[in-house]
Amino acid sequence: MSQNTELQSVNASYEEKYGFHDAETAVFRTKQGMSEDVVREISKQKNEPAWMLNKRLEALKIFVNKPTPMWGGDLTKIDYDKITYYLKPNEKTEHSWDDVPADIKNTFDRLGIPEAEKKFLGGVGAQYESETVYHKLNEDLAKQGVIFLDMDTALKQQPELVQKYFASVVPSGDNKFAALNTAFWSGGSFIYIPKGVKVNLPLQAYFRINAKNVGQFERTLIIVDEGASVTYIEGCTAPVYSTDSLHGAVVEVIAHKNAFVRYVTIQNWSSNVYNLVTKRALAHEFATVEWIDGNLGSKLTMKYPSVILKGEGAKANILSIAFAGKGQHQDAGTKILHLAKNTKSQVISKSVSKDGGRTSYRGLIRVAKGCTGVSSTVQCDALLLDELSRSDTYPTMKIEEETASIAHEATVGKLNEDQIFYLMSRGLNEAQAKALIVLGFINEFTKELPMEYAVELNKLIELEMEGSVG
Amino acid sequence: MNKTLEIKNLHVSAHGKAILKGLTLTIKPGEIHALMGPNGSGKSTLSYVIAGHPGYEVTSGDILYDGKSILELSPDERAKLGLFLAFQHPVEIPGLAMRSFLFTLYKATHPNSKAIEFQRALANAFELVGLPQGFGDRALNVGLSGGEKKRVEIMQLLLSAPTIAVLDETDSGLDIDSLKLVAHAVNTLRSPTFGSLVITHYNRILEHLKPDHVHVLIDGKIAQSGDATLPTKLEKQGYAWLHEVPV
Repeated sequence: MSQNTELQSVNASYEEKYGFHDAETAVFRTKQGMSEDVVREISKQKNEPAWMLNKRLEALKIFVNKPTPMWGGDLTKIDYDKITYYLKPNEKTEHSWDDVPADIKNTFDRLGIPEAEKKFLGGVGAQYESETVYHKLNEDLAKQGVIFLDMDTALKQQPELVQKYFASVVPSGDNKFAALNTAFWSGGSFIYIPKGVKVNLPLQAYFRINAKNVGQFERTLIIVDEGASVTYIEGCTAPVYSTDSLHGAVVEVIAHKNAFVRYVTIQNWSSNVYNLVTKRALAHEFATVEWIDGNLGSKLTMKYPSVILKGEGAKANILSIAFAGKGQHQDAGTKILHLAKNTKSQVISKSVSKDGGRTSYRGLIRVAKGCTGVSSTVQCDALLLDELSRSDTYPTMKIEEETASIAHEATVGKLNEDQIFYLMSRGLNEAQAKALIVLGFINEFTKELPMEYAVELNKLIELEMEGSVG
Repeated sequence: MNKTLEIKNLHVSAHGKAILKGLTLTIKPGEIHALMGPNGSGKSTLSYVIAGHPGYEVTSGDILYDGKSILELSPDERAKLGLFLAFQHPVEIPGLAMRSFLFTLYKATHPNSKAIEFQRALANAFELVGLPQGFGDRALNVGLSGGEKKRVEIMQLLLSAPTIAVLDETDSGLDIDSLKLVAHAVNTLRSPTFGSLVITHYNRILEHLKPDHVHVLIDGKIAQSGDATLPTKLEKQGYAWLHEVPV
């Protein structure tokens, strides 16, 4: 009985911390469902140039004509007619925390954003529903020419850069959900780091879906010029709702010669969200691109952070974790295209499944003919916490160059009884013991996160583990 | 409250095979008991059963602590009562930083403690077992030598500060200097409120620990009990003379 009480209180605190939602106070929303008129209305509301409207309309056609992918997870239950494609929470983007409306501020306060900013962040962009409501960039960075805007503002203030790079890495026709995003995108981050500028503090954005049935299609574009470097962090938690929600982001990263980009994401969607994301980076000569990608929650996540190693000596490092609980499917992985000589890639993927959750690793490594000096290592480790859970690995390799050095290693393990006994004999209860083993298993990932994110991730995993014992 | 550990006519089997066959032993706080005996006599089984390993079945008899049976208690409940087991083969936990694990252990066994108390206790434990503080950043037991693992067990013993500790062959794999350090660390715990069962094959560690009682376990039962002079006799004559039917 005490176990039940404890469980209820855990769930209650989870609801309290991550499942809250504020009264909707939208000033404009499109009617449910998609049509050319909805696309035109969004573009008109945003005062966009004609080229962007045309891009949206073209993408809508592609979306309608492309079949739903039959691989990955079950996408047949998404009802596109029941989704509101655009919702604008208030009139303009705010630049000072004091100006943010009280209910929205309340939401962010509970997520701890202002504290995070005070401590170490170089800039904060927070997306609330479809528009960024709060945005600020460290003054020093602005002086160095660093641009950190929400995408809608960037389209107005940096039209040439946006037009040059928008959809250059992920074209509308890349896949059905990239087309959907291109047609209905709103919000997201735009970052430009000028030549040679090293941004030492991470730039951060925080995304949430708050209104029922609102599709959130943020669009992020990061351009890092020659010899520049930046770390960008994006964290997500979403309220719990009973009807399905769709999140379909597109992230494009361009790393010029000798640039360094690290893109860190932790997503913790509520268990009714479809999270269908296209993330891709283009790496020029001797550039390094790192995707650090943590996926918790959602009903179905399909996400395969990719790097096109286009320039000689370019490098890709991809480090990911996926945690699938009851009724959840994390179909994650990576695509790496070695299109130049001496390019290197390293992938470490860790997944944890419990209570019947399912994780899949879907990876593609391609080495083009004539690209000598290529090396690639892929390591996938899966941990199953019970007999009901499932993990699969689907590696694809297209190696057209004989000299390439390719290694792929996959392991699937269960919780080890001796480890659990050892920890319990030290006074830890079963849930604590299992949580420590799981946290140890994903430590290669956690240790790459800034302290506050590492602490939050560990807390989330501990909460998940407490719920699984009894 | 006397917090005595009483093992009464204990019969234990694993995978259907009887291992302990009527073992009786009483360990009071303040006493050091040594348990010796040939391989396979059931010494490690006894240590696991006291700690509550789920892989063993107690078919009859009882284990009492402070007058109450602990057989229905989970391993963590036993640890919180004040029982501790130093493992013969400590388990590796990849990715779990030793320092954060030791903090969790300390909080579990000292519910109302402050972080500063842990810091002091940890620094003291590192010094007593002769390991550098940097070890705290390493994953628990991963890649450690046999001797280092045993020292980490003793650190956990020091931080748990139990009432009754079972040391399962903590001395094996230790060189003479390490053995002295470990024995000294255990001796720092000696008090009227600390009792221990030291399982060993060798007299060496007992010369440092000076047990009050020495027992010999043969085929699942205590075959002989005596004082600190018994190990010397065993080292000279072996175990054969204790068998009812000489082998």
